[in-house]
Amino acid sequence: MIEVRGLRKAFGQARVLDGVDLRVGQGESLCVIGQSGTGKSVLLKCILGLIQPDEGVILSQGQPLEPYRFMRRFGMLFQGAALFDSLSVWQNVAFRLRQRMSDRAARAIALEKLARVGLDRNVADLMPAELSGGMAKRVGLARAIADDPAVIFFDEPTTGLDPIRARAIDGLIRGIVTETGATAVTITHDMASVRAIGDRVALLQGGRIVHDGPVASMDQAPALAHFLA
Amino acid sequence: MNPLRAIGRPALRVTRGIGAVTLFAVRGLAGLRPFPWWAILAQLLQIGWLSLPVVGLTALFTGAALALQIHSGGERFQASDVVPAIVAIGMVRELGPVLGGLMVAARVASSIAAEIGTMRVTEQIDALVTLSTDPIRWLVTPRLWAAVLSLPVLVAVGDVIGIMGGWLIGTTSLGFNSVTYIANSWAYLEGWDVMSGLIKGAVFGLIVALSGCWCGMRSGRGAAGVGRATTSAVVAAAVGILAANFALTGLFFR
Ligand SMILES: Nc1ncnc2c1ncn2[C@@H]1O[C@H](COP(=O)(O)OP(=O)(O)OP(=O)(O)O)[C@@H](O)[C@H]1O
Ligand SMILES: [Mg+2]
Repeated sequence: MIEVRGLRKAFGQARVLDGVDLRVGQGESLCVIGQSGTGKSVLLKCILGLIQPDEGVILSQGQPLEPYRFMRRFGMLFQGAALFDSLSVWQNVAFRLRQRMSDRAARAIALEKLARVGLDRNVADLMPAELSGGMAKRVGLARAIADDPAVIFFDEPTTGLDPIRARAIDGLIRGIVTETGATAVTITHDMASVRAIGDRVALLQGGRIVHDGPVASMDQAPALAHFLA
Repeated sequence: MNPLRAIGRPALRVTRGIGAVTLFAVRGLAGLRPFPWWAILAQLLQIGWLSLPVVGLTALFTGAALALQIHSGGERFQASDVVPAIVAIGMVRELGPVLGGLMVAARVASSIAAEIGTMRVTEQIDALVTLSTDPIRWLVTPRLWAAVLSLPVLVAVGDVIGIMGGWLIGTTSLGFNSVTYIANSWAYLEGWDVMSGLIKGAVFGLIVALSGCWCGMRSGRGAAGVGRATTSAVVAAAVGILAANFALTGLFFR
């Protein structure tokens, strides 16, 4: 379980997060929505320890989260994919696997993960600069899930994909959560994705979580009316 | 305004900055386990091997110009036959390391800062952390060691080419006998002259790679941020080299 309490973060004068409280249970799939620029990506990076918050605590199973100790169990898809552009596609996907197994074994797993995001094996030896935006995103997704993490963060997994591909990725994320019991936090602008992958949905607005409830009853939530329209 | 505060605040900031850079350098140099063979070899190629043409050409022209200057200057007190000795000593002690270091600063500090800065702004550094990899160990360590190891070699090559540049001018237009020129270059050169230059080279290598890595890691956002990081890296490396050269010369030859 991951818990965020009283998280605050300002960049200069701009207060981006202003007291965020959030919990994600073990094996739960939480979707975070909110307008562009409200600080959703900043929130994920604070949880991962990539940005130092001004105030607030982040707990994992009740313990303060120390990035380097917990990172092994985490996977993260960055909004901009953040592929290493000096490494080929399969080397990106297998990055963590190669630290503890042979290249041959790591490559086999990488190819399998690439297939799961709908990329075939002749993409594996391309360099990231040769990919389209949507392809890069899917490689980033494959890298995030490559080592079967227990907690996975997805920053807009379906943005930039065609609707058919987007639904397939939704299915993949839902599948990972149900099959492996992983905890997932997904940032998205796509309400269809929320319906497909989320157990709960939280709305970030004005630096706070202003709505937090089950996906099943989100149609009745007045705070979300604007997003569902 | 309290004058103490006006002095104290910048002083504190400078001290803190020096401390942070030192810590960064120590962490960078210490990240050798497991030993990053491939990464260091790749960087040796980038930093050392590919700098050879620039350093060689710089040394050639510098040695040649030095010979001309010393010849015309030396004539004023009938001492123009010191050309070979002074060119050799000047090259190995001072101009080889300093100009070599500056050329490498222009070529390497900028490219390191641009590469690491781009990785910073495209979140690749963050991605490394989420994949349980220490960015300092992965990116900084190989670059620091490759620069520290390759600069002395570049300086040595530059020394030889610089002396050859002097010899070329000396024998073709200053009327020196080829054999005497080389003999005189050798005769007055001491081991420590060469050694001190190589040590300077290693220190300058550290300064170059450190400036590039530090500025790249702290790059601001966007293309403009990377541009500023690159500029700062080159300026810091160049100024650092000249300041360190003064300090080391004082230390070695007082
Ligand atoms: N490193 C940073 N330095 C300064 N400001 C930042 C930084 N990172 C984010 N911001 C600011 O924080 C705010 C929130 O950014 P964030 O990327 O979290 O938005 P978002 O909710 O993810 O938006 P989107 O849906 O468009 O991705 C923005 O105004 C942005 O300018
Ligand atoms: Mg975002």
